[in-house]
Amino acid sequence: MTTASQQTHQSSSGSLQPKGWLKYFSFSLDHKVIGLQYLVCGFIFYLIGGSLASAIRIELSSPMSDFMARDTYNQVLTLHGTIMIFLWIVPVVNGAFGNYLIPFYVGARDMAFPRLNAVAFWLIPPAGLMLITSYFITGAAESGWTAYPPLSITTPAAGQIIWILSVLLLGGSSIFGGINFIATILKLRRPGLKLMQLPMYCWAMLGTSILVVLSTPVLAGTLILLSFDIVAHTGFFNPTLGGNVIVYQHLFWFYSHPAVYIMVLPAFGLVSEILPVHCRKPLFGYSTMVYSIMAIVFLGLIVWAHHMFTSGTPPWMRLFFTIATSFIAVPTGIKFFNWVATLWGGRISLNSAVLFSCGFIANFVLGGITGVALAQVPFDIHVHDTYFVVAHFHYIVYGGSVFVIFSSIYHWYPKFTGRMLNEDLGRLHFLLTFLGFNLCFAPQHWLGLNGMPRRVAEYDPQFTFINQLSSIGALIMALSTLPFLWNVIQSAFKGAIAGDNPWEALTPEWLTTSPPPVENWTGMAPLVKEPYGYGIKEESIQIQSPDISDPENNKQ
Amino acid sequence: MTTLSPINSSSEEKSEEQVVNEQEHGDHRLFGLAAFLVADGMTFAGFFAAYLTFKAVNPLLPDAIYELELPLPTLNTVLLLVSSATFHRAGQALRKDEAKLCQRWLLFTAGLGLAFLASQMVEYFTLPFGLTDNLYASTFYALTGFHGLHVTLGAIMILIVWWQARQPGGRITSENPFPLEAAELYWHFVDGIWVILFIILYLL
Amino acid sequence: MLGLALVVGGLWIGQNVNLLPDSASANAPVYDELFRVLFSIGTILFLGIVGLVIYSLIRFRRRPGQSKDGLALEGNLPLEIFWTAVPAVVVLFVGLYSYDIYDRMGGMQPLAQSAVHNHQAIEAKERVWGGIGSGPIELSKQAKSSLSVEVTALQFAFLFHYPEGDIISGELHVPSGQPVSMRMESKDVIHAFWVPEFRLKQDVIPGQPTILNFTATKPGRYPIVCAELCGPYHGSMRSTVVVEAPDEYKRWFKENSKDPILEA
Ligand code: HEA
Ligand code: HEA
Ligand code: CUA
Ligand SMILES: [Cu+2]
Repeated sequence: MTTASQQTHQSSSGSLQPKGWLKYFSFSLDHKVIGLQYLVCGFIFYLIGGSLASAIRIELSSPMSDFMARDTYNQVLTLHGTIMIFLWIVPVVNGAFGNYLIPFYVGARDMAFPRLNAVAFWLIPPAGLMLITSYFITGAAESGWTAYPPLSITTPAAGQIIWILSVLLLGGSSIFGGINFIATILKLRRPGLKLMQLPMYCWAMLGTSILVVLSTPVLAGTLILLSFDIVAHTGFFNPTLGGNVIVYQHLFWFYSHPAVYIMVLPAFGLVSEILPVHCRKPLFGYSTMVYSIMAIVFLGLIVWAHHMFTSGTPPWMRLFFTIATSFIAVPTGIKFFNWVATLWGGRISLNSAVLFSCGFIANFVLGGITGVALAQVPFDIHVHDTYFVVAHFHYIVYGGSVFVIFSSIYHWYPKFTGRMLNEDLGRLHFLLTFLGFNLCFAPQHWLGLNGMPRRVAEYDPQFTFINQLSSIGALIMALSTLPFLWNVIQSAFKGAIAGDNPWEALTPEWLTTSPPPVENWTGMAPLVKEPYGYGIKEESIQIQSPDISDPENNKQ
Repeated sequence: MTTLSPINSSSEEKSEEQVVNEQEHGDHRLFGLAAFLVADGMTFAGFFAAYLTFKAVNPLLPDAIYELELPLPTLNTVLLLVSSATFHRAGQALRKDEAKLCQRWLLFTAGLGLAFLASQMVEYFTLPFGLTDNLYASTFYALTGFHGLHVTLGAIMILIVWWQARQPGGRITSENPFPLEAAELYWHFVDGIWVILFIILYLL
Repeated sequence: MLGLALVVGGLWIGQNVNLLPDSASANAPVYDELFRVLFSIGTILFLGIVGLVIYSLIRFRRRPGQSKDGLALEGNLPLEIFWTAVPAVVVLFVGLYSYDIYDRMGGMQPLAQSAVHNHQAIEAKERVWGGIGSGPIELSKQAKSSLSVEVTALQFAFLFHYPEGDIISGELHVPSGQPVSMRMESKDVIHAFWVPEFRLKQDVIPGQPTILNFTATKPGRYPIVCAELCGPYHGSMRSTVVVEAPDEYKRWFKENSKDPILEA
């Protein structure tokens, strides 16, 4: 079961790894290399998923099904949802930044299980390729990313089975990753570093990993049952054989609701790292931030049935899930108010990283508010499965997580490469993305309220104009990736040299060279007790070497 | 299954650097395995939840209801519980450096595991329903089959550990008990799942 | 001061911006009331937070020549309590209020009613799940008997069967003002019955009948939309509900009824 063999000496195996560019294409055990592998791989899948989204928007710029066949449309939208969630957001906010940053933050030289880590990453490209090639060979799955039976049992089996297999692989990858993060955060902390001194991203990843470990296996089990229904003609979810389709929905959402926090909690963590640095202020309300993460984790596990208000659910269940879901607004709100308080009274550099982070705040608040509205049963009964829901979650996954990913790339690019990104291109990127995004998704709220269901290739002609607006927005979003790509590629060669710590940040990853050496620090790991000690008198900021003789320091 | 790197630094004088390194690279494999078992347990939990819901809301037609025979599964429960105890004995023996005894207990445990599998097979072949007969049958086979898969893997793991323990050169010793401890933890987990499964599937 | 302006502005926007289609059923006005409340609260919160962010970005931006760090504020307990308590009160209010709305829509009425009255053994065992009662309770009490319709959904159409009169129709005809009780079941995959102007939606599930009750109020033709992905032609699985004045409805019913007794 566990290939999790421990490395007692990274240096010895580290020297066996290829050097230079080649290491990014090999089975590397260095957490930083794996992190960047996740990031680049995820971004490639983002471009693919985004191209599919563009195809969706082209199709929807006219009310007829003319750009592609109806079943092709369903395949495209299934691939779009699956790729964006399982191959872009989840691997990047968890895998990429988690792998890169967590060992620095806990003061370790690598993750707890480097080999398991590499395995987790290398599950992703084959799973993704399999998923995408299924489109060209047998036709991809066409029952949406939710794969509700009995539709998923009756559509062409090959595509659906490949979809299940790749989601299982990706789920496995994310479970391995989660185990690794939990072990690293809880067990690899350098001596003297207390839990409540960890940077916020560690807490976010701890919470996320708990969700991953508790909920992803349930999805795996469910999909195994579903594949039995397809291949072995069992009847778990097949009503003609006495099965129950609602049970699938419960099991699916037991994973997939927590999955939305798996996509957004790490993003919360990243914003908490970025804002204090550029505002030159401590993160406001550290301990309430920690508690609110844990509250979100707990509540996130008990609200899944809000996706099923119009399926068969008994009234008491609807009531319970409405109240539980609404209450997630409280811990989430705490985080937002704390970020605003972090901005307040700061010395804010208005650079691309900050712009994207603040764009995130604005978008997510809107998406969160529509979320709370959706949680109200009587409200949801009208807008469930309409474009209102599509607008809600794109405001959160795109306006939230993707904005944060961009913000993080602007923030950590100097760390990754030792060079700065071009600020002007960065601001242009922000402007285009923000405008395009809002133009694309804000009108969709109206569409949903007025009667346009989701997952349709053809629609009532009265919605043509608004859909065209939305498509123009999508076009602007697609264009906005160009300055970004150009910026990232050319700055890698020609960008201004960044120096080790261009932002004068205090978190541990900046207290080494940029890019960092193989074992993160040439000497010993620094002990950062105040990762956000901006503006505090110099002498009280302690970045000290550990005092081994002091027993206090060795307690964990 | 479980590989390990035998590189070990000599433990004479420890420099500061070494102390820190050992703190960092202490052995967290069991912790990792435990976390994995939590995940694995959630898969079972999902299956159990599905089974219980099916049972509550999709009652079978009267002619499809079949009372499961208890003797064989009870025997199976005993087999697994005893095997947990014998594995525990093997671990104790290892800690006392009684290599031969440890190997004997290991082999005995593996034997019990295989006996469990055999008896499970017998049950499968004598049951009056097949995989696709009805919802209840399908879930029954899915649950016991998934558990059986775990037992099979566990038995293979025990045999590997037994084989490793026989190798000269101390692949498994009281100083390096990890493979055995890992297999033991896993085996206890599989037993625990069986007990829950037995209660839910056969007794309820 | 600013806060007050924000609240008033938010309320005004919430009350005066209408984003919803026509309302044509008894529970639609109730729904719209909920929508206005949620919209007002949402607008206030959104404008408030975004306003604060923009204000901070402008007011506290780093000006040329500034090199010091910002204020070293690490937290403030009363503030934290304040912004935990306010959202908690707001969501509690929203939750209770929407519960009340749901109750007024009839959503909390026991759903298996129809099965209980029916003393046939098989019927009583059947699990019927549904969403919504027949609209405001007052209305359903004084109303005469409700019209029952059996809905069958299949790829890719809805069929409406009127047991009284044995009519099978592809369009749903209902009289305005009379409660309608639909029993829905699917032949193949999951579909969903949605009439945007009624603000009602209920999945139509294979192997598990669902109930949907409503009272149409405004004569007209409204789209019935399938809202659950059900295959390639999901987008074209649409039909029409025709809400007619009671006399007109009777005429339609007479013309189509196959039941000789009723025709006489
Ligand atoms: C990262 C992803 C993400 C996140 C974080 C969320 C967050 C939330 N979501 Fe969303 N959701 C999705 C992704 C996400 N969602 C997706 C993908 C779907 C569709 C799935 C599909 O069917 O394909 C979906 C669908 C969905 C539904 C089902 C709709 C339907 O199909 O009918 C519901 C219903 O309750 C819901 C609710 C919520 C709520 C209440 C939150 C809350 O967590 C939001 C909390 C945040 C705030 C409220 C803002 C900040 C708070 C304040 C400023 C405090 C003050 C606020 C108040 C007092 C209100 N979501
Ligand atoms: C999780 C993240 C995520 C992200 C980031 C996005 C991003 C986008 N999504 Fe997606 N979407 C989902 C998750 C996501 N989506 C999910 C889960 C569904 C539900 C699926 C289902 O119902 O099952 C969905 C469904 C969905 C729909 C509804 C389809 C339907 O119901 O019929 C629409 C329609 O407008 C849409 C649009 C878009 C657009 C325009 C973007 C844009 O933001 C994309 C912008 C990016 C680009 C445009 C890429 C730019 C690159 C190029 C143009 C190519 C260049 C190529 C090379 C150099 C090789 N999405
Ligand atoms: Cu029927 Cu969609
Ligand atoms: Cu959810």
